Amino acid sequence: MKRSPHATALLAIFIALLLAAPVLLPEFHVTLLNYIGLYAIVTLGLVMLTGVGGLTSFGQAAFAGLGAYTTAYLTTMHSVSPWLTLPAGLLVTAIVALSLGLVTLRLSGHFLPLGTIAWGISLYYLFGNLAALGGHTGITGVPPLQILDFEIRSGRDFFYLIWAILLTLILATRNLLDSREGRAIRALKGGSVMAEAMGVNTPRSKIVVFAVAALYAAVSGWLYAHLQRFVNPTPFSLTQGIEYLFMAVVGGVSHVWGAILGAGLITVLKQWLQDWLPHLLGQSGNFEMIVFGLLMIVVLQRARDGVWPMLQRFWPQEVRRAHIEGVPRLARRSLPEPGSVLLEVSDASKRFGGLVANDRVSFRVRAGEIMALIGPNGAGKSTMFNGISGVDPLTSGRVSFRGQRVESLPARRIARLGMSRTFQHVRLLPAMSVIENVAIGAHLRGRKSFIAAACRADRDEDARLLHEAAAQIERCGLGDQMYEAAGTLPLGRQRLVEIARALAADPCLLLLDEPAAGLRYGEKQALAELLRRLRAEGIGILLVEHDMEFVMGLADRVVVMEFGRKLAAGLPEEIQRNPAVVEAYLGGVE
Amino acid sequence: MDVQIALLLGQDGVTNGAIYALLALALVLVFAVTRVIFIPQGEFVAFGALTLASLQAGKLPGTVWLLLAMGMAIGLIEGATAVRARRFHRLPLIILVNCGAPLLLAASLLAVSPAGLPLPVQVLLTLMLVVPLGPMLYRLAYQPVAEASVLALLIVSVAVHVTLTGIGLLFFGAEGSRTPAFTDASFTVGDVVLQGQTLLVIVASTLLIVALYLFFERTLYGKALRATAMNRTGARLMGISGDLAGLLSFTLAGAIGAFSGVLISPITTIYYDSGFLIGLKGFVGAIIGGLASYPAAAAGAVLVGLLEAYSSFWASAFKEVIVFTLIIPVLLWRSLKTRHGEEA
Repeated sequence: MKRSPHATALLAIFIALLLAAPVLLPEFHVTLLNYIGLYAIVTLGLVMLTGVGGLTSFGQAAFAGLGAYTTAYLTTMHSVSPWLTLPAGLLVTAIVALSLGLVTLRLSGHFLPLGTIAWGISLYYLFGNLAALGGHTGITGVPPLQILDFEIRSGRDFFYLIWAILLTLILATRNLLDSREGRAIRALKGGSVMAEAMGVNTPRSKIVVFAVAALYAAVSGWLYAHLQRFVNPTPFSLTQGIEYLFMAVVGGVSHVWGAILGAGLITVLKQWLQDWLPHLLGQSGNFEMIVFGLLMIVVLQRARDGVWPMLQRFWPQEVRRAHIEGVPRLARRSLPEPGSVLLEVSDASKRFGGLVANDRVSFRVRAGEIMALIGPNGAGKSTMFNGISGVDPLTSGRVSFRGQRVESLPARRIARLGMSRTFQHVRLLPAMSVIENVAIGAHLRGRKSFIAAACRADRDEDARLLHEAAAQIERCGLGDQMYEAAGTLPLGRQRLVEIARALAADPCLLLLDEPAAGLRYGEKQALAELLRRLRAEGIGILLVEHDMEFVMGLADRVVVMEFGRKLAAGLPEEIQRNPAVVEAYLGGVE
Repeated sequence: MDVQIALLLGQDGVTNGAIYALLALALVLVFAVTRVIFIPQGEFVAFGALTLASLQAGKLPGTVWLLLAMGMAIGLIEGATAVRARRFHRLPLIILVNCGAPLLLAASLLAVSPAGLPLPVQVLLTLMLVVPLGPMLYRLAYQPVAEASVLALLIVSVAVHVTLTGIGLLFFGAEGSRTPAFTDASFTVGDVVLQGQTLLVIVASTLLIVALYLFFERTLYGKALRATAMNRTGARLMGISGDLAGLLSFTLAGAIGAFSGVLISPITTIYYDSGFLIGLKGFVGAIIGGLASYPAAAAGAVLVGLLEAYSSFWASAFKEVIVFTLIIPVLLWRSLKTRHGEEA
């Protein structure tokens, strides 16, 4: 996407100020800025992990410690060049982060932070007690960094290195978040179920953000070791890990620039409090933590988005449009022969404890037909959808999709086979634009991964994905609202966004859960027309809907469910005349 | 290691384990009812121990000031809400409960010299000073964000922990305290000498666990808490206030924490920041129980105590490393048992 001219100008001013800072500022302030830069690198990882990915870690300081201790140990004991210890430190960190991630990320969200607390403490004591790492005194005599014959010794020289790395990482992070994998990461917070149904491997995305955040911390630790020229356990303690999280939350946990802001605010405030509080209280100690703690509580209660969004209000936010003109369309999958059986559900049952939500239901959906699943509220229609699409697997029974048994496959594998769906309770990411939401539907149609995204090697593919998303949005009649935040649309239109997202997956079977609810008459007409066109293309559609006029005028066949059982099946006219259906569902109308 | 040492370490482990078990129960309780991961649980242990030590040393414990300050803050917030709603008749009660009661307690502490009081009275005073901090904390820090995600609540917890640790340092200083043993009695069973203090801790913990069990099984409020833990919305529809359930569970957590502090203070020297590690060991126990099962949490906590005792013999420098690394295989085991993670 294109960056707005205002943002570019602000960025240019910021970089100019940074370039001038070491020349103009006294040594003390340069040192302070160096620390802010180091902290911001760690905090940036936390922003990605917490604000974007909805996970959190209190152990980032420990990861920084891994980076710092690896280089300190290798350079002092084995005289390895610092430029080789950086990849070594990253490797150690990656191994630890991946194993920790694999262990905790399958559990519900709070086990990861708890695991990182324990791991942060454990590593701190390990650093402090291993004789090889110098115990609590640490390791001294870490060599300075050297580029050819130039030694980076002074704080002023280090300043440029730290901030160049920080800005590079910020750029890479922004690139990553504005990509196919990035949208998948942004879906982790509150949209895992939807993302899985769109084919995103959410456990993998979680592990990747966790590892990336850890690697950022390790880079910061490596820089720290060569800036300070010695390491000891204190800066890698749990307390520091907590402080990093404070920086992220105060700065603005969902914004990459919030990392610098938060690191800056907390570092300056800490400096100031450490000067003043001992005088005020008449004793010395880490009393700034009282203020930080209270500040955090207030921020979380009053302004959960942190300070950055407050600043952001002062400059105009411009809509960033995707470059999609003249981009070739994505290749379509070849659809099965119209009339061939796409989906075969046999004896599908779902129990929730004692409640039988689906009781041995069987039916088929063919390519190029619209099949409606109707029934009173609580009949088990949405449960059936969840069972078929793998979102909430069946207790027993078989589901074959395109000749393959899918009832025990995870949702993302089923999505890969060409099934796409919408949700009865709309599952959009409200803060993301309509086009980005829809592009998540096209997730499986791209291949470029994290590293390609971070260095912008994915632009052609991403443009094609966005082009596809835009085309589907136009098709659903939402062209005017493509760049609006999805959460600001009326509910009926949000349902249309869900349909566009499902279509972006290029499905051969479409599961639509109450697509017409909340639409006006004209919009319903347009939707019916769209579904007819899709049918003509050879897509199979399974539809749950309460609007009988809509269903009966559209569906080729109808299955009626009541109390989890199949009550009747047949052509719309047959169903309308079926006495059992009229009795149970239509309640004596006609 | 001979049998004698093994038994001695076992005794140590079970004693500490009993206290970790109490804390693990409180953590599971608070999490189940409010979804708060109560990291500051450990601060209640430290505050309980240090308050008792201050009373015994004839000093005015700093927790009095904390109680007064938090009472004032709540009084202000509640008072402002009442004034805005024009319900002036509620003001006297609000002021009396939140400001009057702490003031009365402070005044009586100043009037009598607590050092001379008998031990049970000192313990009671300690509980009166520390336990109310639990519900007050809920009111001030958690209630305004009660509907937030588990993650946000966890961050609040860490913030509260950090604040309380700083306040602990301010009030009690950096030196640790150890209170004299409640009893000097000791028993010899075979070759083993059983310390009276050890028995006291185990008996007291067991009694408290039984009392909690009875509370949850037999009383209306206990059942209300269980209902809230199972289904918050459902419980609210049945007229159980979520705020009340929160306050109640935090009161219990505060009581368990403070009481554990009283129990542990003759066994180990407690510093202003010792509570955190003690609380976290309770946590490791609670996680063994998946933050859901009370008996499993208690058993896990005793296991942690034993592991700690034996590792302090073999590798005392790595005691904490071993205890906190234990969480990794435990999480792995839990992760293999869970079919898939759900959204928080």
